[in-house]
Amino acid sequence: MSVEKLIFEKGAPGRRAATMAAMDVPTEPLESMIPAAMLRKEPAPLPEVSEIEVVRHYTHLSQRNFGVDTGFYPLGSCTMKYNPKINEDMAVLPGFARIHPLQPESSVQGAIQLIYELEQYLAEISGMARVTLQPSAGAHGELTGLMLIKAYHQSQGQGHRNIVLIPDNAHGTNPASATLADYKSVEVKTDPGTGGIDVNHLQALLEGNAANIAAIMLTNPNTLGLFDSKVVEIAQLVHEAGGQLYYDGANANAVLGITRPGDMGFDVVHFNLHKTCSTPHGGGGPGSGPIGVKEHLVPFLPGPLPAKGDQGYYWQDPGSQSIGKVRANMGNFGVLVRAYTYIRTYGPDGLLHVAQSAILNANYLKHELASDYTIAYPQTCQHEFVATAERQKEESGVTALDVAKRLLDFGMMAPTIYFPLIVHEALMIEPTETETRETLDYFVSVMKQIAEESRTNPEIVKTAPHTTVVGRLDQALAARKPNLRWHPGQEVTH
Amino acid sequence: MSYIPNTPEDQQAMLERIGLPTLEALLAPVPEEVRLQRPLKLPAALAEPDLKRLLNGMAAKNKHLDSVISFLGAGTYDHAIPSIVPHLQRRSEFVTSYTPYQPEVSQGMLQAIYEFQTMICQITGLDIANASLYDGATALVEAVLLAIGPGGRGEVVISLGVDPQYRRVLHTYAQARGFSVKEVPTRDGVTPLEELDQAVSTATAAVVIQQPNFFGCIENMNAIESIAHKGKAVFITTITEPASLGILASPAEYGADLAVGEIMSFGNTMSYGGPALGFMAARNKYMRLLPGRLVGQTVEEGGEHQTGYVLTLQTREQHIRRERATSNICTNQSLLAVGATIFMAALGKQGFRELGELCLQKAHYAFRQITALPGYKATFTSPFFNEFVIEAPVSVHTLQQHFEQAGMIGGYALDDSYPGMENCMLFCVTETRTKQDIDYLVDVLKEVQA
Repeated sequence: MSVEKLIFEKGAPGRRAATMAAMDVPTEPLESMIPAAMLRKEPAPLPEVSEIEVVRHYTHLSQRNFGVDTGFYPLGSCTMKYNPKINEDMAVLPGFARIHPLQPESSVQGAIQLIYELEQYLAEISGMARVTLQPSAGAHGELTGLMLIKAYHQSQGQGHRNIVLIPDNAHGTNPASATLADYKSVEVKTDPGTGGIDVNHLQALLEGNAANIAAIMLTNPNTLGLFDSKVVEIAQLVHEAGGQLYYDGANANAVLGITRPGDMGFDVVHFNLHKTCSTPHGGGGPGSGPIGVKEHLVPFLPGPLPAKGDQGYYWQDPGSQSIGKVRANMGNFGVLVRAYTYIRTYGPDGLLHVAQSAILNANYLKHELASDYTIAYPQTCQHEFVATAERQKEESGVTALDVAKRLLDFGMMAPTIYFPLIVHEALMIEPTETETRETLDYFVSVMKQIAEESRTNPEIVKTAPHTTVVGRLDQALAARKPNLRWHPGQEVTH
Repeated sequence: MSYIPNTPEDQQAMLERIGLPTLEALLAPVPEEVRLQRPLKLPAALAEPDLKRLLNGMAAKNKHLDSVISFLGAGTYDHAIPSIVPHLQRRSEFVTSYTPYQPEVSQGMLQAIYEFQTMICQITGLDIANASLYDGATALVEAVLLAIGPGGRGEVVISLGVDPQYRRVLHTYAQARGFSVKEVPTRDGVTPLEELDQAVSTATAAVVIQQPNFFGCIENMNAIESIAHKGKAVFITTITEPASLGILASPAEYGADLAVGEIMSFGNTMSYGGPALGFMAARNKYMRLLPGRLVGQTVEEGGEHQTGYVLTLQTREQHIRRERATSNICTNQSLLAVGATIFMAALGKQGFRELGELCLQKAHYAFRQITALPGYKATFTSPFFNEFVIEAPVSVHTLQQHFEQAGMIGGYALDDSYPGMENCMLFCVTETRTKQDIDYLVDVLKEVQA
């Protein structure tokens, strides 16, 4: 166990790491330029540290962090695949990294071209008419998609439609996005037999609210890792009720080249480029959440949209029906460069093989773990599956949280736990296509060992992790007495 | 090229283990009628060297800021990035990690974000800050949503001095969410106090002012604060140029309740405007209403009580509260926050102030030189930080042609967003512009004939 002091507790007055540009212009007194009342009184008390201190401090912090480059990261629904290094190199080329968003179009032809072509690739992959690359992340894409649906309904004289149907196993962002778009979320039950949508329940909801259904938000494969084979029937039912179909693309890694949301009947789809297209998650961002739509929704897309003419590439303003901008500038361009590089690396056959291999890896793990853990839905899964610690909890009180913490001791990240909410003691496992069979086998052997420990020595699991820089932290204290920033005089304790 | 390590032989052995004949058999749950019956129509795969050549070629079609002189700001600023920033920020343990749900193996990212939150508090003077938001525009929207409250309708009063793109985004959300936006025009480049006073009523949920505003002008925040607070409105300040905080009064000093804005220019590449880095700082009383992630300091459970960091107050968030969450934010901009943190640590207390002084002095030098030219005049008399508006003797589009011929990028053509300002250009001068660059700009302007 070890502590790294805060940067604020390091250094000494007068120290600094960065040298500033020269003051090479004639200067004027500050007060002659800015009225005294508008000047800062107290200087910002930023740290005073030398370059070596800054370098060691953040190097130490990086060593206290676990990434895909460190080890296996089977975090369900997060698609923590390997992040190719060439993508990083391309994103920091000065021609991509050092361009201003308001430069004249003639000076950024390569950038607009990349966006133009990436839009076409994503439209083809999803089976959609057009794609906006503006949204910053998946949840931002969800909100944008719902805004498009709302604008469409309003244009059809159907502005009163105020209900979005969301399955009980959906990502939490779905209902939160619906609220932001001023929609009411209504939950659709999962059929416990198939793990798909309970079509009878869906029908009842549609009949009960027919005039008010705005949309349904679906993930397919869903968060149980199961492909809902009734998707065409579901699409038909919702469309007949006047609703639109929204595809949450969090799990799109499983469908690349196999099937397309557009062909399943969806009207709107979002991508998580930081999942499906291998752009790194950066400890929680940046992401990118492009939105693809069918033809009838194109007029409502945020603008501007890339276009190609005789004079080269340019930005085209959307028509008067556009919902407007959803963020400043054109999107997370640096992320788009990485996604573009990724798609060009694989091509059509490669992307299909990505999906197939991700599905194989998940099914392999599911098969190997089935003797020691309950599998929530034992049928063939897609890119992920949900195991549970129910057996362990019953036998010795070891929970999904305990299993997750114990995994950390073996140099692996834990799966997503307690999600989806409809499965007790859920361990949601997504290995991705970029892991070797040996890594998967190692994970299986550790999981088996943890199952064995749960029977013979449950304490070691319940008190895990034992090898990390800190043990389990007091979450309740953090929420009860929030300490969200350092104050002078506050010291870390050992 | 492929990042799939398992060979066909590996995969066959795995299939045999689970009792399936082929990869195809795994796709049984996907009905035939929705299967794509052809290969995706995408360009064929490229080997790494070929792909590099392709992308280098596309990048080379762009004029970038190391190859041309530019005086563009208008919400996106070019600040020098010390070499240590990318070296540390791009360490792959940071880059390839997910949101720190397992704190025991994520202490590095959690501590860096705790330091980011603290530094945002230090530069704004406010009590608390969140772990980042998508960009300045969406940060402004989140602040307005916080002010309006759940299910609220309400009205927001916003100055036309706020970045036009931010206002466009606010209108998009207002349309979907059902709140109204009242815009107050500017006079002499700043928000006129009388008009603002008339616009604000007891129905006003929030008053939004940018400092310095989009024209670079410095608003009279002390006077605006008393107007905003005469009712129950939340006073929100938007900051797109954080270097100004080295010189100008902090949001805490002028009584703002929330400070939001854009801080990608601190340590992160401009990248055509994204990924960006939105921030939000607030008074303590808004703690449990904040959107997005928050990192808190705590101690280990049980015996030893060593300090550690966790994501906290998560009951505000979508994965717990679902439709009743304070925001739908899940992914934010953590890696950029790490970059900004290292940048601020590198500058430090002294460097942060010097950065502000450099921007201020260089911009004012440029302003004096340009306004001394015949035919060019300052559009406004209000004090400014590092951006200013110049009325040219010709249209800005003519001006831009001259810049292009001179191999440079000028300022921002204001008529794009402000009808009636056909001859007005917004120039930005940061510390990255030298006296030589500025003198070149002045020479180019001098040659433009009315």
